[in-house]
This record gives sequence, C-alpha cells and structure tokens, in this order.
Amino acid sequence: MNALLITVVSPLAGALILPSLRRLSWAGWLNVLVSTITLAASLNLAVTVADHGVVANSLFRVDAFNVYLLVLTAFVGVTTSIFSRPYMRHVCDSGRVSQRGMRLYHAMFQAFMFTMFLALSTDNLGVLWVSVEGATLATVLLVSLYRTPEAIEAAWKYFILCGVGIALALFGTVLLYFAAQHVISDPEAGLSWSALYSVAPQLQPAIMSLAFVFLLVGYGTKVGLVPMHQWLPDAHSEGPTPMSAVLSGLLLNVALYAVVRLKMLVDGSLSATDSPHTAGYLLMGFGLVSFLVAGLFLHRQRDIKRMFSYSSIEHMGLMTFAFGLGGPLATFGALLHMLVHSLTKSAIFVTVGHAAHIAGTQSIDHIRGLIRTQPAVGWGLLLGVAAIAGFPPFGVFTSEFLLLTATMQSQPWFTVALLTGLAVAFAGLFRHLHPMVYGPVPEGQQPVSANMLPVIVHLGLVLWLGLSIPGFLSRWLDRATELITGAHLL
Amino acid sequence: MSLEQLPMLQQLMLVLAAMVLFTSFVLLEQARLLAAIHAFAWQGVLVALVTAIVASSSEHLHLFFSAALTLGLKALLIPWMLHRLVRRLELDRHREPLRRPALVIMAALALVIFSYWAVVPVVQQELLFTRNIVAVSLAVVLIGLLMMVIRTQAVAQVLGFMSMENGLFLAAVSATGGMPLVVELGVAFDVLVAMVLFGVFFFQIRESIDSLDVDRMNRLTEHVEEKS
Amino acid sequence: MNPVGWLLALVQALLYIALAPLLAGWVRKVKARLQNRRGASLWQPYQDLYKLFAKEARMAHTASILFRAAPYIVFVATWLAAAAVPLLTSDLATAAIADVIVIAGLLALARFFLALAGMDVGTAFGGMGASREMFVSALAEPAMLMAVFTLAMTAHSTNLSAVVDYQLAGANLLRPSYVFALAGLLLVAIAETGRIPVDNPTTHLELTMIHEAMILEYSGRHLALMEWAAQLKLLLYGVLIANVFFPWGIARDVGAGALGLALVVLLGKLMLLGVVLAVSETVLAKMRLFRAPAFLNLALLLALLGLLSYVILEVGA
Repeated sequence: MNALLITVVSPLAGALILPSLRRLSWAGWLNVLVSTITLAASLNLAVTVADHGVVANSLFRVDAFNVYLLVLTAFVGVTTSIFSRPYMRHVCDSGRVSQRGMRLYHAMFQAFMFTMFLALSTDNLGVLWVSVEGATLATVLLVSLYRTPEAIEAAWKYFILCGVGIALALFGTVLLYFAAQHVISDPEAGLSWSALYSVAPQLQPAIMSLAFVFLLVGYGTKVGLVPMHQWLPDAHSEGPTPMSAVLSGLLLNVALYAVVRLKMLVDGSLSATDSPHTAGYLLMGFGLVSFLVAGLFLHRQRDIKRMFSYSSIEHMGLMTFAFGLGGPLATFGALLHMLVHSLTKSAIFVTVGHAAHIAGTQSIDHIRGLIRTQPAVGWGLLLGVAAIAGFPPFGVFTSEFLLLTATMQSQPWFTVALLTGLAVAFAGLFRHLHPMVYGPVPEGQQPVSANMLPVIVHLGLVLWLGLSIPGFLSRWLDRATELITGAHLL
Repeated sequence: MSLEQLPMLQQLMLVLAAMVLFTSFVLLEQARLLAAIHAFAWQGVLVALVTAIVASSSEHLHLFFSAALTLGLKALLIPWMLHRLVRRLELDRHREPLRRPALVIMAALALVIFSYWAVVPVVQQELLFTRNIVAVSLAVVLIGLLMMVIRTQAVAQVLGFMSMENGLFLAAVSATGGMPLVVELGVAFDVLVAMVLFGVFFFQIRESIDSLDVDRMNRLTEHVEEKS
Repeated sequence: MNPVGWLLALVQALLYIALAPLLAGWVRKVKARLQNRRGASLWQPYQDLYKLFAKEARMAHTASILFRAAPYIVFVATWLAAAAVPLLTSDLATAAIADVIVIAGLLALARFFLALAGMDVGTAFGGMGASREMFVSALAEPAMLMAVFTLAMTAHSTNLSAVVDYQLAGANLLRPSYVFALAGLLLVAIAETGRIPVDNPTTHLELTMIHEAMILEYSGRHLALMEWAAQLKLLLYGVLIANVFFPWGIARDVGAGALGLALVVLLGKLMLLGVVLAVSETVLAKMRLFRAPAFLNLALLLALLGLLSYVILEVGA
C-alpha cells in the first residue's frame, strides 16, 4: 500500500516543489530523481501485486492489468526525464523558452505523471475521469510552450477537442452510475470499478450500451481514434519533444486502458443478451478505421513529428481492434503491443528530437544524411522505425504476429485488411525514412550533444522482447489477460 | 406517475429545467458576448435551483452542497472571470450574429429530439421523479457542443464548453441524484482550472493572431500544396 | 344543442363586438397615463366608430367590387372566429362546431381579403402594406399553430372549450409546456394585432406602417368596419390568452350568477392584460421591419420548445 502511495504522491510533490527551484540545472536533476523514486516505488508495488494478487482499498485498486501499465509509465517517465534534461536546456539556451517556461515545463511534466498514475491506479471511475481530464489540463500549456502561432493553434485545438470528448465521457460515466444505482445500494460504491465488475451481469444492458457509446467516443478522443483524432498530430508536432514522447507513449495507453476497463463492465452486462459482443464490435470498427486511415495519412506528412504521431494513431487503432476482437490470444497480443509500442515510440520521439535539433527544423524535406552527421542518431532513427514498422527481431513484430494469428482464428477476413494496413504504413514510413537517414548531408550540418541512453535502453528492451519474452513478464501479461478475458493463454 | 401526482415544488423543478434548455438556445443564438455571458450565468442559477429542489425533495442531502457549489462556480465566479476577461480584451461591444440562425436553431431542435430518443432506456427505468430531465440535460450538452462547432470566437466556444458542463452536472443530478462528493469536487476543480487556462489562452491567441476568431488559426491543416 | 345554448352563443358573440372598442380604449388610456398624459376617454373608440359610420364612404375610382366587399368580409370573418373562443362560459355551442384550426382559418381568410383590398386600389402604400402583412403573418401563423397544438396535445382536443374544461378539471398544475406556449402566443398576438414592436397602430409614417397602410384608402363605414375588426382581433387574442391559460372564473353552468361572475372576472383579466400590453408598448421601441423575422422566430422557437417540453418532461412525469 505504501508503495502505491509513494508512486502516486511523489509526482504530485514533484509538481509542487519543482517550480520553486531557482536553479534550472537542479530542477532537471530533481525531475530525474522524482521519476526514479516513482519507478522504484512502482516496481516495489509490482512485486507486491505479484505476491498478493490485488492491492486495493476504497479508492485504489491495483491488479495485474494496471500494475504493468504503472511500471511502464514510471519507466518511460524516467527515461523521458533523463532525455529531457539536456534537451530542454538546449531549447532554453536557444531562447525558445523562457526561465518561467522551464519551471512550468517541469511542474507540468510531473503533474501529468501524477494524473497518469492516478488514472491507472484508481478504482473509482469518476476519479478516472477527473484525472484523464487533468492530464489534458496539465499538458495543454506545454503544447503551447513555444508560443509560436502553430503551437498555440495546436494547443487550442487539443484543449477544445479533448474537452468536448471528455465531456461526453462524463455523460457516459453518469449513465454508468445510474445503471449501478439499481444494483448497488451504497451510493459511494456506485462508481467503484471492482464493485461494478462483481455485479456486471445485473447491470441494465440497454443503459450500459448507451453509456459505452458515450464513453468510447469520449475516451476514444484521447486514444486518438479516427475521426476524433484531429488534435493528436497537431499537439504532438508542436509541443516540446519530451512531451510528444509521453503523450504518445503514455496518455494514449491510459485512455485505451480506460476503454478496456469499461468494455469489461459492458461485456459483463451484455453477456446474457442477444448481442454480447456489441462493445467489441464497436472497438473493432473504430480500431480498424483508425488503423487504415492513419496508415494512409502517413504518406502525405511533411513534418517528422506529425508523421510519427500518425504512426501512433495507427498502432492505437491496431490495439483497439485487438481488444475489440477479444479472446486470450488477441488480448495478450494487445497488451504486449501496448508495452512495445510505448517503448519504441518514446525512443523514436527522443531520436526525432535530436534529429530536429541537428537539422534545425522538423520538416522531413530538410532532415538529411543523419547517419553521416551523427551516426548514433541516424542508427537510432533507423532501428526505431524498423522496430515500429514491425521488422522481425523486434518486439513489435512478435505482438503483431500474435494479433494477426488471433484475427486469422476468429475473423479471417480482417486479416487481409490488417496486412494491407501494415504494408501501407510500412511503405509510408520508409519512403520518408530513407532520405532522412542516408540522403546527402546539407552543408554545415553539425552533430549536437545527444543523450542516446534512453533510446538504447528502450530499443534494447524491445529487441529482447522480440527475441524471447522473459518468463515473469509472460506470466504477468497472462494474468492480465485472464483478468480481462477470463481465460489463460499460457 | 403523472404530473398531477407531483408536488408543486417538483412541478416547478420541471419548469426550471425547461428554462435551462431555453437558456441554452439563448446562448446559442446570442450575438453579443456580454449578453451571452449573462445568459450563461442565468443558466447556472437555474441549474443550481433545480439541484436545490431535488435536494429538498429527496434524501440526497449532499446535493445542497452541490447546489451551492454550482451557484458559486457557474453562476458567479466563472461569469465574473469571463466578464473581466472580455473587458480586458476589449470585446465588450463585440457582436457576431449567427450566419444561418434558422438552420442552427433547427439543428438544435433536432438535437433535443435526438436526446429524447437517446435516453429512452433511462426514462423507462421509472426510478426517480427527475428522470425526464435527463433528456433535457443531454440536450444542453449537445447544444453546447453545437455551439462550439458553429462559433468561431474563442470566448463563445468557451461558453459552449461551460454550458456543456452545466448539462453534465444537470445530468448527474437528475439521473443519479448527484455523483459521489469526491468526483463532484474533482470535476469542479477541473472546470475551474480549465477556466483559468482558457483565460491564459485568450491572451496567447490574441497575441498570436491579433484576434480571437479561431477560424483564422489555420496553419495546421493537412495541406497537399505544402509539398513545393 | 339546445336553443338556450345557441342564445348564449349569440349573446357572447354580441358581447365581443360590444367589448372590443372598450379594450382598445383601455389600452390607449393606460398608455397615455404612463406617458403622463390624461388621454382620451375610455369611450372614445365608440365615438370614433359612431362618427365614421355617419360619414360618407368615398371610393377611389380604380376600386373594384372587391374593395367594397372586403370590409364586410373581414369584419364577419373576424367576428365568427371570435365567436368560437369561449368568453364567459366554456359550454359554448359555436365552440363545439369550430375548433382552433377553424379560428386560425377564419383569421387567415380575413387577412387574405385585407391584403387584397390593400392592393386593389393600386396605390404604393396599399401594396406595400399588404406585402408586409403577408410577410409577418407567414412567420406568425406557424408559431401560433404550434403554441395552440401544445395546448391541444395536453387536452387531447383541438376544441377550445375542451381545452378550457380540461384545464379547469385538472389540479393547479405548473406545466413547462404552458409557460412556453404562453410566451410564444403572447409574441404572436403582438405581431398579429399589429402592436409595438412589430407594427405601430397609431402611426401613419410610410416607412413603418403595416396595417394602417392597407386601410389607408378607406373612409366612412368601410373604415369603421376595418377598425372594428382590428379591435375585435385584439380582443380575440386577449380572451384566448386570458381564458385558456388562466381559465379560473369562467362559468361552467348556465346560471345568471355564474355568468355575471364570469363577466366580472373576465373584465378583470382583460384589464390586467391591457396594462401589460400598454407597459410593454411604452417600454419597447418599434423595431425595424427586417428584425421582425427574428422576433417571430423566437415565438416559433418558444412554441416548439413548449411542444417538446410537453413530450419530454410531462408525458409520464
């Protein structure tokens, strides 16, 4: 329990302390320190959960499903904070961000981490809503940190679209609470996920379906599902790169996590009706459309961060589809994919941040010859993109293979669509990648001081996961799979 | 249960709920910003009144607190903040009539009918005397959304956002007798922070495009001609 | 229907034409008082009518038979419409055969001939007034029908007597739909009877007048009938609002005492309505003609909201 408390509270403390520090260099280090404490606590928590099954009290509940996301979040938080220390110094020295902006950045980074941990660990669906909305509020000022017209436009779009989406999710939450009131007499427990899950078959199917539509549209906006994805490429491309890394690697996951938790409730409620898979079909539809549309949009991108944010939409679509498909194999694959995608995508954004500093622009047309100017960045980008596109030795290949197998088993016709989508996305990524990495070096291009440690660690992990999934992790994911689908895979 | 069996106070509540819906329409159609802010404040007052009546005629006593919170936040604090912002941004005399008022109103009415249709499963539960208001609250939410879509002025969009929040709160009150306190406080906190951030953004936007017409922010679109 | 019923209907119809100038005079008087004038006496409209009837009716040489016939048609149609609106008692023989749609139809017929007569002589003002009148009424009519349908839906009848009976039979209910329907109908009444802010009944300024422009060519008894019909229409709307939304006091059996009481109560309600009208006319300024659609769209919106709030909030409440 204490480990959980430290995990959640330390980012909050960080958010309060960091802006008061006068020395920016200290703030950068303290940011890393806070993230490390959080990671240590979350690992401790993971061990507890592995031993005892579930850690829960009236407000929190940590089981195999969310503890793995908690550790992942804390881990990406640490590596991103390590990367952001020199990166943001560079940004600050180049005059794009003021001292006040830097304080805001540190405070909001930790505030964002706090909302992520709160959203993941809470048992109360209302608190889940509050913290997902809080995540928007924490990041929206960071998106506009550079104060360029584009950044402000992106931030406004992000704010308004996510505000609307999340408002619909609140309506869905109200409906859920309404359905719960018929079954659960204690009004305080009516929004508790575990209480709801234990009585799920008694919840009114009609109301639950209606609630799920609102919740899916609401949280789906955060996941970046097409057609509610409009904010995502803008916010990712205009904000500072560490922000893009955590938005893509963490926020989208958390939103998807919320959707999956809610789907579990709806599935329970609909199990006795004529259409038990309504929620699954909805997820499959949204997921597949997002997957295909984002793959096509990859081709026409001019901005490197925009391109990778479309790649995020594509992968979130794939995961949504897999969770919709249901069944142990697909769910296991989706959980693994969540993990490897977060690791790979944040590594890519870190590399892209350096690449943009080298070229002095984010425009794909002007980033050239990275591998000759600075081999580390060039290789990082090449390997990162190879990993995200699903090349064999990497973990993304494993998870995509699992997903394809699962699709083949239950809905064979969709395999064609998935394969086409993967090929389209693959082509889209590589047609832009090749000149950026190998193209002629522009005159006067200089290497920058880069911290490639996060990239190496992330890609190393992804490679390891591709070669062999360690036993403890597979057991872990299997328990999460059992939790979600009710059946073991292994 | 029919209308005749409801006590007078609850009949009054229905009238007030209908007036909340009407203020939504006023808000949607209002050309002058200051008048729209006033309409929004009145909506907050009406929502708080409905909440107070629900609190007094049910066992949800914590709703009195929610009503006071709504009155303070939605009827006083946020309108006051918006009022100050509008004066500081010198938009007091800003007028922006709807381009096709009849079409917009028809769309809003269609949304009302849609909301009625959408919440039929809730109404059929026959649980609470407030259940008919759920449709009204969904309509308020959707009209707020419509307002955010058709208005291009940043302050007007924020008003739409805030009126959506009003609708959500009304939904919580009417469908479930209010959310648990911790959630309600969290939502109120989020709304307040959002309002502060909106204020910050008004200045950032004006600095950036010298206007608050967010339609002029169009640098980030999927342009093919950027290729050159 | 028994002969007593028909007798009563006849008395009510006669009461309408007798009371109509009085209401107009009352509104004028209150308005004058509000503007710190003494104003003409309450009976001035009667004297005006008497004077006009005594005068010779001049006719433009381009006028056709239509011009001559229009005042009678307008007056009779308005009068017939009024006769179907319960005045003192809801047990009305005429109301049984004419529901609210007939009333709307008769009013439309009157307006049609009024507009035709305005155009008949071929003067610029007449045509302009006619086109403006049709413009306003095209917007006002749907709003009126919507508002009335709201009532009809609650009472399950389009018959005004049935609506009033239903209202009286039920407990004292606060219906959201009635609040909206009342507001909508008030706006429609203002537009239809040519009051401020849509039209100004006292002006002869060519830029603004609507109703006055159409009857500009009339004189003598024709003018008297036209004026009288306009006053009747005002009374009709007044009674409609007073008796349908606030039906208390209306006689439910045909006894002298009940009828007497009903008359006193009705006069009280009408006096109150007249004061409201006078105050609003004093406070508001006449708006430009092109703002009229916004005004009437508001009326339509209110009426539609009334209809919707009946369906949403009251059915099975």
